[in-house]
Amino acid sequence: MAEFWKWRESRWVSQEVHWKDARVISAGVDVGSVSTQAVILIDGLLYSYSNIRTGSSSPESATKAMNLALEGTGLSLEKIHYTVGTGYGRVNVPFAQRTITEIACHAKGANFMYGPTVRTVLDMGGQDCKVIRCDENGKVLSFLMNDKCAAGTGRGLEVFADLVGVNIEEMGELSLRVEEEPPPVSSTCVVFAKSEASSLLRRGWPKERVLAAYCAAMAKRVVVLLERLGVEEDFAITGGIAKNAGIVRRIENHLGVKALEPKMDTQIAGALGAALFAASLAQREGK
Amino acid sequence: MVTAGIDFGARAVKAIVMEKGRILGRGIALTGGDVSGAGEEAFAQALREARVPREEVERILVTGSGRMHMEGLGGSVTEITADAKGAHFLVPSARTVIDVGAEEARAIKLDPTGRVVDFVTNDKCAAGVGAFVEAMARALEVDLEEMGPLSLASSATVTMNAQCVVFAESEVVSMVHARTPKPDMAKAIHDAIADRIAAMARQVGIEDRVVLIGGLGKNIGFLSSLSRSIGMEVTVPDGPEFVGAVGAALLAGERPQGA
Repeated sequence: MAEFWKWRESRWVSQEVHWKDARVISAGVDVGSVSTQAVILIDGLLYSYSNIRTGSSSPESATKAMNLALEGTGLSLEKIHYTVGTGYGRVNVPFAQRTITEIACHAKGANFMYGPTVRTVLDMGGQDCKVIRCDENGKVLSFLMNDKCAAGTGRGLEVFADLVGVNIEEMGELSLRVEEEPPPVSSTCVVFAKSEASSLLRRGWPKERVLAAYCAAMAKRVVVLLERLGVEEDFAITGGIAKNAGIVRRIENHLGVKALEPKMDTQIAGALGAALFAASLAQREGK
Repeated sequence: MVTAGIDFGARAVKAIVMEKGRILGRGIALTGGDVSGAGEEAFAQALREARVPREEVERILVTGSGRMHMEGLGGSVTEITADAKGAHFLVPSARTVIDVGAEEARAIKLDPTGRVVDFVTNDKCAAGVGAFVEAMARALEVDLEEMGPLSLASSATVTMNAQCVVFAESEVVSMVHARTPKPDMAKAIHDAIADRIAAMARQVGIEDRVVLIGGLGKNIGFLSSLSRSIGMEVTVPDGPEFVGAVGAALLAGERPQGA
């Protein structure tokens, strides 16, 4: 059976930054319920990262992500001065000196990723969705979170990829190929949305139309959360769903606000924030 | 006068043929992709059981979430009205009616004469409807019908953390990997949904006697969890999934066609 939900794991190493003369080498590992990322910074500059699917064991996933970020760089775990763990499985990062909540890390990471003008961050993760308001230093001012329900999360998107039979990375673009927006399916429950979508498919709706109805429901769901906290510009989206143009465009249309264009893999925001905290901690603790 | 009530639910269509307050025949068919076909099938089955030719049925009322597609068959009544009528007819002392169907759940408060005083509905979240137990049975690889008896075999208290059906599926898979005994998991599943249904019913105020209807009324594990959760005895009439159809058939006898 084809696995439409399977998104691509990835890694990246900078060609410009080198670790040999580094003063501070710091790392952040974000063990999420669906994906795990490791980020390595050299004196506060992005050096390498990895992004993998979380396996059944959090410590193993953390180690695997870290090894992938280190692979081929000549750098080893012992040379890293400070590591911070974050995410749902943050207590299970065996080589981390400290843990910091994902809310703080996402705000910090988004500040680095999108610049200091970011005031509102929407993080759409694997099993939760959060809205964070932050200041110019990436410090959290307030936040709201839905972690009770799969509607508006990556897990919900995975369920839909398999139902419609479209690769998860292609769903968003495909959903934009409709002439007219269909009414959204249930925005409150993935199970009901799935049952509605099944009947639409049986009725002969083309895949892109069903996907449009689903992406619209996802957008509607997170807009409720966004509007509850209030959206101040600049507005940025992190997490895996930031890669889905079908959902991002519809969120922007609802809000009448454009999201900043991402310059790097949006899934690494949490680990990036953790690595930034690790860099300051390394300096403060004189490592 | 022979009347019929047909209840178009999300998972199944139920039909009842009645005469003078007596149920003559029942029929049930899975909704699948063909709502009207399932309606015809359930109705034909009820007519066969009643040994009544279709022409002798004077009035038909339809109800259920799919009723808007089928109003050509006859007039329609809301699920609340049909449930209240059917439950009061089958259990005259009913004061709180809890209906848990595949994709919708509701609690209805009745006065002693059977009139609706208040009601609350959940059609927003699958964690509080029958679909939750269906999905969990699939994750446990247990037949839906076995879930009830299985959970009665457990005396342990295992708590589920996840509320959402999608997250609960992953939690059950992890519990299977951790070799949690299946009866304990089945009980944890019924306890979880029973607590949510009880919380919903408390919004209208739970009064004795409590009557459970809808498809989940056939699940003795859920029944036991629900009565534990609300701290009261819960009565299930014979054929709990037909109660809405019974109510519609009764109302068909009281109202002129199409009203």
